[in-house]
Amino acid sequence: MRFLLTLLFASGLALAGTNDSFLIRGATVFPVTGPKVEGASLLVIDGKIAELGTKVTPPKGIKIIEGKGLSVYPGMIDSATEAGLSEISSVRETSDVSELGDFKPQLRAAVAVNPASEHIPVIRANGITSVMVMPGGGIIAGQAGLMHTDGWTWEEMLIRRGAAMVMLFPTLTPGFGGGAGGFGRAVGGTDARRTYERRIRLLKDYMESARRYQKAKAAAAAGFKTDLALEAMLPVLDRKVPLMITAQREAAIKDAVKWADQERVRIVIAGIRKPGATLADLKAKNIPVILPPTQALPLEEDDPYDQAFTLPNEVYKAGVKFAFGTFANQFSRNIPYQAGTAVGYGLPYEEALKAVTINPAEIWGVGDSIGSIEKGKWADIVVTNGDLLEVRTEVKKMFVKGKEVDVESKHTRLYKKYLARP
Amino acid sequence: MKSIFLALLAGVLSIASAQTIVIQNATVLTITKGTLKGSVVIKDGKILEVGEKVLVPPGAQVIDAGGQYLMPGIIDAHSHIAADSINEGSMSVSSMVGIEDVLDPEAIAIFRALAGGVTTANILHGSANAIGGKCLVIKTRWGKDTEGIKFEGAKPGIKFALGENPKRQGMATTQGTGRRGAADTSNLRYPGTRMGVEDVIRQAFTEAKQYQATWKDYEARKAKGETVIPPKRDLKLEPLVEILEGKRLVHAHCYRADEILMLLRVADDFGFKIKTLQHVLEGYKVAKEIAAHGAGASTFSDWWAYKVEAYDAIPYNAAVMVKKGVLVSLNSDDAELMRRLNTEAGKTVKYGGLTETEALSLITINPAKQLDIDNRVGSIEVGKDADLVLYDKHPLSTFAKVQKVMIDGTVYFDRDKDVSDRDQKQLRKKQLIEKEKQNQPQQKKGFAGGARRPA
Repeated sequence: MRFLLTLLFASGLALAGTNDSFLIRGATVFPVTGPKVEGASLLVIDGKIAELGTKVTPPKGIKIIEGKGLSVYPGMIDSATEAGLSEISSVRETSDVSELGDFKPQLRAAVAVNPASEHIPVIRANGITSVMVMPGGGIIAGQAGLMHTDGWTWEEMLIRRGAAMVMLFPTLTPGFGGGAGGFGRAVGGTDARRTYERRIRLLKDYMESARRYQKAKAAAAAGFKTDLALEAMLPVLDRKVPLMITAQREAAIKDAVKWADQERVRIVIAGIRKPGATLADLKAKNIPVILPPTQALPLEEDDPYDQAFTLPNEVYKAGVKFAFGTFANQFSRNIPYQAGTAVGYGLPYEEALKAVTINPAEIWGVGDSIGSIEKGKWADIVVTNGDLLEVRTEVKKMFVKGKEVDVESKHTRLYKKYLARP
Repeated sequence: MKSIFLALLAGVLSIASAQTIVIQNATVLTITKGTLKGSVVIKDGKILEVGEKVLVPPGAQVIDAGGQYLMPGIIDAHSHIAADSINEGSMSVSSMVGIEDVLDPEAIAIFRALAGGVTTANILHGSANAIGGKCLVIKTRWGKDTEGIKFEGAKPGIKFALGENPKRQGMATTQGTGRRGAADTSNLRYPGTRMGVEDVIRQAFTEAKQYQATWKDYEARKAKGETVIPPKRDLKLEPLVEILEGKRLVHAHCYRADEILMLLRVADDFGFKIKTLQHVLEGYKVAKEIAAHGAGASTFSDWWAYKVEAYDAIPYNAAVMVKKGVLVSLNSDDAELMRRLNTEAGKTVKYGGLTETEALSLITINPAKQLDIDNRVGSIEVGKDADLVLYDKHPLSTFAKVQKVMIDGTVYFDRDKDVSDRDQKQLRKKQLIEKEKQNQPQQKKGFAGGARRPA
């Protein structure tokens, strides 16, 4: 085994600097969209998957990577991060997550992603090749960008600039209606109700303004002036870009779905925790969800201790399309374990794998280019020494668009430096 | 009379035999004595026998754990659950306060930790002070009262804290003033720098030494038969004297290599030991010095970058320290993380290549040693407390879940039962809510009516 790894390492060195074509042979390949292939050869030409099978004839002179004993997966996608937007969460100067104001759909998270952030190689090294980078704050926070975890600039990292419009749906605070049965109204409940209603009204007005703007623009009305914020809402009104709406509990999810129906917009619900009876409706309306960490405490004191562990299976059984998101920079690298924990509590393994690969790719509108190992897709590939979702597994090699990327990071550098301290 | 005695004896015997439990067919991860496929016999809350083949005592309750993994209960050396308050932040030395006085045995976090395989936890004061309050070791005996959850006989401890947290209240802030450099210096508390943190600790121990000398002098003169007035007791200094005399364990919150080294040298100068460095995220940089002092290190698996002093934190920290001879544990400091310390340990297999036994030691025998309770818990050995966790898969696996947790030979958590009881509990909750709804308006009416009635 060690010899094999040495061999692998050596071949890796020899490959550096060559083009984005190679053949991995003798590995177990998990295409995700089809059954696993053992003893497989995976051919990548010019950064794209060219062929997968047990009998692949390698083009002459192509670099060959020995994959015996190794497993190959599509790169994982974290559907909710602040990667590159925030470096040290407690230091305001290092965070570009939340802009001022309630409505700022014109803001683009992608342009504030620091490609040199120490977080990016750390996230990447655990097999994550793409991340949704979300802005926060206000009601409409701005546009989330789907980014590769590799690139010299944010532009090179970009997969899809406005993959979603992030919206924080106004909610009543827990303990008032949102909690158990509305029994025992919390102090300050009326204030919460007033704030909630005001924010709902603001949102309604804003959508109305966007529609008027759309009409005025279409009619080329006299005196029409470009408004960058309202302009940014047009793809949302045209249902080209989904609104990524955060809502945790049944009441908020119900509200959001009803609102989306009224406004005729496409939505993805992010961060659901207690969907209650809303799942059937989400399924019927084809609304996908982004699941927050399975490693979360139950919302209420008397909720089952395993509430967050069992939620993914509950969502799966309801037939709702879902993907995982970590919602935290620091733990983005742990997204495989977020999916794996759900497997322990009933979620079929294949579904867990899909929820970090093909499902998010489809939800964010790039299912034809990433998310699985299929002919014609970008070669976003992770090579491991075991099960991708298993906490003890090591990522041995990674490719983004067929280009081999570093699995070293600030963490491995410090590790090596201080391990060698005399 | 004789027959009554016999009946009584029989009663006692039947209770005793009911307390004998055999867990069979498990993969037993003893931690200290290897791994075997076999059984564990438990009697009166203690481990009586561990072996591939054991004799099942007559009347013993048998738990078939075929295909499952049995390991010692997880020990979390750093937790803040089950306490009504955590930080007495008004002064830089708060050694007079203690968690024991604010213990809440009904905190749901105890149950959740238990369901995550934790059977023992060190409940610490917060990190707002260079020298903080006294800690308390508990067992997660869910359902017991304040006395019932204490880890009886565990050596007392105390929290120290270095770095950003204790100096926070000493840092002038320019926020909100709107003018550059116009810092708000009201309500500042010394210290405001890492230098000041060292000074606070040195000052406190200088006072404690004098206090100790005063008492020693008094005891000596009293022993000689002199009539002497006892010195005034000082509840702040008493715990520090206990530290100097090795009767109280120091658990010191720290991050950066410089402050870690500083504290070790202060302790060396005053002649006491740091029992554990907590968090110790840069411990890997000074592992040699930590090992030489003999301090333990209790760290996170992979937390980083949540503040400046955590920016050099690496997930290899535990492994590097283990390799350099430090006694290392992994802790949670968090009611959520506390429920999955097993997979946190699993990460050290990946980050730094620890063996499975080394990894599991980080959450069992090592924290037991760090809390000086390894004679009682931390491994599956004859004579130790029967604090055990049964997993459906290898505990270091992402896919593993806790099936049963036993403390002192009593099953405190059983997943199957927890799941099957849920409908009934929901029903009971509904009934109680209905009852309360019906009661409320009636009570109100009765009370108001009563008040209006003339006497």
